Amino acid sequence: MTSGRPDGSPSLTAETAGGSPSLRRGRWLRPARQPEVLRSRPGHTGAPWPLAVPAVVAILFLVLPLVGLLIRAPWKELPTLLSDPTVREALRLSLVTATLATGVSLVIGVPLAWVLARVRFPGRSLLRALVILPLVLPPVVGGVALFLALGRRGLVGQYLDRWFGLTIPFTPFAVVLAETFVAMPFLIVTVEGALRAADIRYEEASATLGASRWTTFRRVTLPMIGPSVLAGSVLCWARALGEFGATITFAGNFPGRTQTMPIAVYIALENDPDAAIALSLVLLVVSVVILVSLRDRVLRAGTGS
Amino acid sequence: MSLDAHLVVRRGQFTVDVELSVPDGAVLGMLGPNGAGKTTALRALAGLEPLTDGHIVLDGVDVTATPPEERDVGVVFQDYLLFPHLTALDNVAYGLRARGVRKAAARADAAGWLDQVGLTDHAGHRPRQLSGGQAQRVALARALVARPRLLLLDEPLAALDAGTRLVLRTDLRRHLVSYGGPAVVVTHDAVEAMVLTDSLVVLEGGRIAQSGPPAEVARHPRTEYVARLLGLNFYRGAAHGDRVELKGGGELVLAEHASGEVHVAVRPSAVALHRDRPDHSSPRNVWAGRIAGVEAVGDRVRVAVTGPPDLLADVTTDAVADLELATGAEIWVSVKATEVTVYPV
Repeated sequence: MTSGRPDGSPSLTAETAGGSPSLRRGRWLRPARQPEVLRSRPGHTGAPWPLAVPAVVAILFLVLPLVGLLIRAPWKELPTLLSDPTVREALRLSLVTATLATGVSLVIGVPLAWVLARVRFPGRSLLRALVILPLVLPPVVGGVALFLALGRRGLVGQYLDRWFGLTIPFTPFAVVLAETFVAMPFLIVTVEGALRAADIRYEEASATLGASRWTTFRRVTLPMIGPSVLAGSVLCWARALGEFGATITFAGNFPGRTQTMPIAVYIALENDPDAAIALSLVLLVVSVVILVSLRDRVLRAGTGS
Repeated sequence: MSLDAHLVVRRGQFTVDVELSVPDGAVLGMLGPNGAGKTTALRALAGLEPLTDGHIVLDGVDVTATPPEERDVGVVFQDYLLFPHLTALDNVAYGLRARGVRKAAARADAAGWLDQVGLTDHAGHRPRQLSGGQAQRVALARALVARPRLLLLDEPLAALDAGTRLVLRTDLRRHLVSYGGPAVVVTHDAVEAMVLTDSLVVLEGGRIAQSGPPAEVARHPRTEYVARLLGLNFYRGAAHGDRVELKGGGELVLAEHASGEVHVAVRPSAVALHRDRPDHSSPRNVWAGRIAGVEAVGDRVRVAVTGPPDLLADVTTDAVADLELATGAEIWVSVKATEVTVYPV
């Protein structure tokens, strides 16, 4: 899953990379181990036009909006815009909640990944489908679902409210829950894949050396899938940071409490477009930093080389 | 310490059904073609494969239902399976750490074991920085560190190049002797079986096709596989220059020079038999013997000749008729010097 995207279309990008600055360094679209097929056919480098033309259109489509963002950015006012308390609050809230959501995902998602990968039980396929569901579910639906479960009248929420006086919706905690709901599958899927690919015989060797299953997990399994856990965490964090639909549905839009960056961007677009662009730039920078970090460390290590 | 086991593992159509008994300090060799069930039997002994039926008794204690982590069985896996994220020292210390020994004490003990296998200088290296031979020795130290009640080795030398294998085979024998408990070695290799083991079981199709001391199994192979695999005349002796004086009497001329205690091997197919003393000069080892037995195995006939030195010869069925080979008959044996292989002890 992690390496799937950069594996995508190395030959086409190598062809057309010269035209667009952001793709010229074709390096990160190239996997750690380049498919031999592509190298072993040096004569076949020209793409036929029915492929080349749509490919260029696709590249333009992907790149143009980003170029627009960069060109229209109010570079001079940027420091002023970004030092606005509302913006800084949104940024802080986003960073904190995304990090917490990643932490929650690690604590409960990695064990679930282990169960899915290592324990045979009836209904495992169904459970896996349920785990992946948030990946394809519209986030807004996730938000509604969370509301029905944990809202003040919700399935569980009503008891939390009645017995403990706990109200979850429209709190920073709700933001964390919404982000976790949407982002955790990225971590689970990545880690489960790594667990399945890992050589189970190392765990057997550990057992013969007297290690309990828990010790084996901590001392052997986890270190060996470490790069994938890191990759999954980064993906999970990035997804949590960009979460919008579930968050605004379940946590609302209260500046300083539940207004995360994406929500702030959306709100700002209506009354202060320059601020929206500035905020978007910040998120773009964060995304690029994540991609670069994935390329340099996680993806390469995660592919097992 | 001793091992007494009856392993029954059923997997679909295939059943492994093997009875093993290994006393203290003895090394049992397990041979067999691929898919014969050797590895399954070994995994069952380690607790990694549940038994369908049967029992495993270690030291008089029934461990049939004991999970691997509580079984106290040391395993050297075929490709060693050293933990890639740990140094050689921490790999060896792992078994102690897992059993709750404190880090400093575990490391000190592990360092002693690394010293015993001659790898003190490589304590801080990761497995990928070790050569195959070094990795094998780390794996051995790791398996022995917690003083297991049973030691299992799955083709311990198979992954090594020929030169390294020679040295490590001798080392391994020394470690197996000093270990003192029962050991089971899975192997494909005749020399390994001869040098390392005290007794052999040959598995074919999940069952024991033959068992006994290595020399005995080689002398009376019951199946073609055994004949082919263990068809090896194996001697021990003292080398002086290009001659080896054999322990059981007789002498062999080598094509190379050697000195000190050696093992000498001659393939039965490299032995020629003659009714009269051969006079052509190229085979440099010629001696007279008496036929002790003739056994047909597949399309070959294995002839046992009493020497000294005693040896086995593989000849074709036609040759048996031509030479009028019969038990008790006198026969001349010749072996080319180039067909005599020497191994240092």
